[in-house]
Formats: sequence, structure tokens, C-alpha cells
Amino acid sequence: MLVDIRTEFSVITANPRILVESIAAFLEKQSMMKGPSGPHLVRATREAGRWRRHCQPTVEHGAGMKQMRQVKKASQPSSKTLPKAATGIQGLDEITGGGLPRGRPTLVSGGAGAGKTLFGLEFLVRGATQYSEPGVFMSFEESIPDLTKNVASLGFDLDRLVTDKKLFVDHVSIMRSELGETGEYDLEGLFIRIADAVQRVGARRVVLDTIEALFGELPNPSILRAEIRRLFNWLKQKGLTTVITAERDHPDRLTRHGIEEFVSDCVILLDHRIREEISTRRLRIVKYRGSTHGTNEYPFLIDDQGISVLPISSLGLDHDAPAKRVSSGIARLDGMLGGKGFYQGSSILASGTAGTGKTTIAACFVDAACRRAERALFFAFEESPRQIVRNMRSIGIDLDPWVRKGLLQFHAARPTYGGIEQVLLLTHKRITSFQPSVVVVDPVTNLLMVSTQNEVRSMLTRLVDFLKTQGITTIFTSLTAAGALEASEADVSSLMDTWLLLKNIEVGGERNRALYVLKSRGMEHSNQIREFLLTDDGLRLLDVYLGAEGVLTGSARVSQEMREKAVVTFRRQELESRRRELERKRRIFEARMVMLRAEFEVEEEVIQQTISESELLGEEVVQDRGQMVLSRQADSSSYKKDVRAKAARKR
Amino acid sequence: MPTTKKKTRARPRKSAPRKPVVWKLRLYVAGQTPKSIRAFANLKVQCEEHLKGRYQIEVIDLRVNPQLARGDQIVAIPTLVRRLPRPIRTIIGDLSNSARLLVGLDLRKVD
Repeated sequence: MLVDIRTEFSVITANPRILVESIAAFLEKQSMMKGPSGPHLVRATREAGRWRRHCQPTVEHGAGMKQMRQVKKASQPSSKTLPKAATGIQGLDEITGGGLPRGRPTLVSGGAGAGKTLFGLEFLVRGATQYSEPGVFMSFEESIPDLTKNVASLGFDLDRLVTDKKLFVDHVSIMRSELGETGEYDLEGLFIRIADAVQRVGARRVVLDTIEALFGELPNPSILRAEIRRLFNWLKQKGLTTVITAERDHPDRLTRHGIEEFVSDCVILLDHRIREEISTRRLRIVKYRGSTHGTNEYPFLIDDQGISVLPISSLGLDHDAPAKRVSSGIARLDGMLGGKGFYQGSSILASGTAGTGKTTIAACFVDAACRRAERALFFAFEESPRQIVRNMRSIGIDLDPWVRKGLLQFHAARPTYGGIEQVLLLTHKRITSFQPSVVVVDPVTNLLMVSTQNEVRSMLTRLVDFLKTQGITTIFTSLTAAGALEASEADVSSLMDTWLLLKNIEVGGERNRALYVLKSRGMEHSNQIREFLLTDDGLRLLDVYLGAEGVLTGSARVSQEMREKAVVTFRRQELESRRRELERKRRIFEARMVMLRAEFEVEEEVIQQTISESELLGEEVVQDRGQMVLSRQADSSSYKKDVRAKAARKR
Repeated sequence: MPTTKKKTRARPRKSAPRKPVVWKLRLYVAGQTPKSIRAFANLKVQCEEHLKGRYQIEVIDLRVNPQLARGDQIVAIPTLVRRLPRPIRTIIGDLSNSARLLVGLDLRKVD
């Protein structure tokens, strides 16, 4: 586990004791979550020590942080009233809450090549052109022609500003070799020069670049220091917003000759550091008396439009959330996403291991967008545009016509070409100029090559925010190492609205692609794994077979399907035969019934006959006896009585 | 040559000097400050001693003509500039250290 202590504990810079304590607390928390923490502790302690050393100078400088804090706290309520002079430098005014303190000196410190001169010059040029505040540039190092030439490449036309009386450039050069010193002196000459220049253009802003050069050229540093202090006070008295640049030659100090102690209002530190062979420029506001300000280190870059500072939260989270949906270009995937596809303006992460078809999904999406006659921008950090077009043709997606129609633009470059800030700025610029409705960044993980995880995350945060405010739907692809599938490499998953996970499933000696929707904010989405097929005519998503043996894909799925079909046929046949048997039985039963009925009828007939015969017989007997009685007249009525009585007794 | 307070001390040449070159010195000041006055006094003493009759001192008050400060790259006050003989030499300070002044002006050799 690698934890960047500096970002984790960026809030605490002054008190090392508190820092160490919080690190301990943090580690305890970590170890509770992630098991044993032995090596982390060692590393963290080492880091803490380094960091403590690192932050020591900050404590010592600027008359102590404590005092600074108190001042800051005391003047907090009036921070709104502190007048500020907007620099016009992109992003800096957001960090400083409006610009540099108006009418006060600001120290801009940095190593060689950190961009101090440019900072000062841009402050003046922007002031003169955008805020109609003329400026005076006192150069103690570079000559005026050199300076003009150097900044012409950044689009600043110094000559024109000078002829328009918006800017006054003065070069102060003293040749030490021609100089002798005999006794006391003061810098009244410089005061007069500045005053004259200020008066000529009606300047409100002054830049002294780099006044410390005087230490190398003029003798008697103690006089010089006193004079420089007097100069700063004088500038403040005159109400001139001043930028004083200073060289930083040692990480412990802000300036070579300690002039920071004269500048108590605002100190900005520029840093140009190389990490793993790639340079990044950083800006930090060390202090800003009487005003709140961003305390982080902000990356900045210098390009043909001057300095741009990139504050992480510059855009905020107030972007629109359109309910419109856009198709992913894959019908079945749209089906998995509530049947309608992605939300417009959402950010989609397609992560997966190597060769799972991330670029293909992105290409499908781009293709669909172009079919809708929308513009698409494809940032390829790994493949050349031709290669992508060729590869996509193999699966039946032809991107070439869209490129020729101007609907699709590729921007292919290795991020190693410049730092991560440069990548971000380039993306911004391309997006602003092309105005696409769909953007693909393929892959974001390549950015890690040029930077640390934190930087990539902050860069992506800014990019996502920017894209969202523009309402651009974006697919980011991310290569994940096998094993940690659900951990997106740059920890960007929380930034994403929809996360498609692609993975290889190994079954039966083959690898097959599978896709599922890990999350999709604000819509109903399928929880199913789909098999993902790359065919000659595009992408297809199939249901995977879920059986007793787990998820089956590819030929295992096919064979399982065959097996299933056989089983079904067998069952059907069995059923059929059962049915036939039943029928047969019914028929037998019916036949038997007919026979029995027939037999019964025969018997019935016989019995009926017998019954009727015997009935007939009985009647005849009775009749016969009657007749006999009648004929014989033998019995009297008394005889009949006797006979009846006998019969009753017998019963 | 725009000047404000010109105190020229070009003396008429005496018996044919070996070096006809006239030293042209320019002293930059900012108003009548004690330092400036001291500097001028010190300079005059040295010049009288070493360059009698072969020098010109031009005093420029930057308070009055501030734009002149850029021409000779004046930062410190007082500044003495030796314009002639070449090369140009610049000395800052109130010129109280006469030994240094002479070295700075390269005056020792002349005598």
C-alpha cells in the first residue's frame, strides 16, 4: 500500500507533532482495514521524518506560521474588503479568490526556469490589456530585446504595448566590473527610475524581476537590504500592486538573500520539478495575508497562451444533468442499461484486462454517435488513428468515412510527450475547439506512466467536471491488471456514472469475453453477465450459460446448449410414449367396457326373460287354484278361518 | 547634453600639458542630500589635487531629470561616472574613501 503522506495530510503543515500523531491514527485505521501494517509503518515514519524536514523552513519563514495564522484569523471577517488586483492568469484568480493583494507587494519565488519572469510579465500584460491597468516592468536580468523576443512566442506583443503606453519596460544592468564603491550610497536612482516609469504610463502595477540581482552587482549588502526594504515600503505607499520575483536556490529558503522578510502580504512559490524524467510545474501560495486562499500545490503550465494554473475544483459540481439518453451503439448493451443507453453528458468507464474489447466498445459508441451526425473526439494514448481504424474495420466498424466527413477527430499522442498537465490542457483545448458531443479517452491508465495516481485522479476529476459542464458524454477506458478487476487503476470509479466491466472468462481451455454493468447511476440496469462476441459484423452480446458448473461461455456454452437440447428431445419422446400408452390403455378399457356391456345386456335379457316367465307362472297358479275352489266348492268359510289361524301360529 | 546644474571647472590650460585629454566626470545625485553634497565635495578635492585644470564635473539631479537615469544605468545614488577618458567607469557612494576613489577613477597612474 502506497500512501502519499503529503496529500493525505496536506492540511497539517506546520506542526510536526500533530502530523506524526495523525499519521499514527491514519495507520491504525488502515491496519484495521487492511491487516498487518508493519512495512507501512516503517515507510510512513520515514516519510513523516522527511516531511517534517521539508516543512521546517515554512515554519521558520514568514515570521512564523503561528503568527501568520493569527493574522489570518483576525482579518478573516474583513477578507471580503481586501482589495485584489486580478492577474488575468488563468486559474490563479480562482485560487487566490480574486487576484493579488492590490497596492501591495507580492513575492514570486522559484528556481531557475520556474516561470517567474513570465508570471510577472503576464501579470502586467493581462493587467494592461484586460483590466486597463498599465504596468512597469523593471528587468534586472534580461535585456529588453531579449525579453520581447522571449515572450513573443507566448503571444505577448510587448512592443505594441510599449508604443501604446500601456507598458513600460526598463532594463537595469550594472556591470560589476566597471563599478567601484566608495562609501555610503542609496537606491534613490532606482526609486527615481521606477517613479518616472510609473508616471509615464500611469502604472498601477510594477514587476521587479529579479531585484536580488542587485546583490550580485552592488557592494555592501547591508545597505542594499535596507534600501530594498525601503523600496517595498515605498511601492506600498504609492499603492502599486507589485510583483517581486526572486530566485530560490535552496529548498530551505524562499529567496537567495532572504528578501521574503520584507514582503509580508503574499508569497507565491513556483516549482518546476522532475519526477521520473517528466517535468511538472507547480504553484503554491505560501501565504496571503488577510485573505483565504487555496493552500494546495496546483499544477500549472506554460504554453503559447501564457500560464494556466489548474485548480482542481475550478468548475465545481453544478453541472446540468440531462435526462436525454444516448445509445451505446450496441443494442443489447442499451438493453442492459434500461433499454435506452447512457445518459447524455455522463461519464462511462470501460475497464477490463488486456484484450477484452475496451477500445471496441468505445469505437462502437463513436460510430453510433457519428451515425447520429454528432461530432466525436477520440483521444488515443496508445494506438495511432490508422491502427484503430484498421482494427475496427476487422469487426465491421468503418470509422474512416466519419474521419473524412469531419465528424470524427483523433488526437493520438503518448502522454509521455508532456506532463500530465499538458495532457489535460491539450484535451481542454481540443474539446473547446472541436465541440464534440462524444469523447473517448483510451486509455486513462496510460496517464499513470507520466504521473502519480493522485495526479491522474485529480486530472481526471477536472476533466470529468469539465466534460460534464459541457454536456459531453465520455467513455474512459481503463486497463486493469488481472486479479483486481473491480479496482480501477487510477481509482476513478467514483467519478464515473456508468461502469462497464469487461473480463476474460477461462472455461474449458479457452478465454471468452464477458461484459457486465457494474454500476450505472440513475437508471435501471441489468445484473447479468453477457458474453461478448466480436464478430465480422460487429459486436454481439449473448446470454451466458449459467448452470451447475458455473458460468459457461464460448464452446463450453455451445456444447452445454447441445447437451441441453438432447435432454429436452429425450424428455419429449418419453412424454410422447407415455401419452400413447395412456391412449392405448384407455382404448383397451373402452373396448372392455363395450364387451362387458354386451355381456351384461345378454345376461340382462336372459334374466328379464326368466323373471317375466316366472311372473306369468305365478299368476296362472293362483288363477288355477281359484278355479279349482270354485269348481269344488269344498271349503266353508269356517275352514278358511282355521287355515288362517294355523298359519298365524306357525309364524 | 541636457544638464541642470552645471558646475564646470574647466580651467584654461597652463603651460602646454602633456596630456591634452580633459576628464569628463558626471555625478548623479537626487536632490541636495547630505550624501550628494558630501560626494561632490570629496570629488572636487580629489580632482583639484590630481587633475587640476583637466577636468569637467557635470552634476545631474535625477529629481529634475529622472529620464537620464536610464542612460547611464543609474541605480544607486550618488554615482560618479567617468565618461572620458575611456573606458567608462562607475563609482557609487559618497566618495568618502579617497583611496578607493582614486583606484576607481584610475587616477594614481596619471600622477
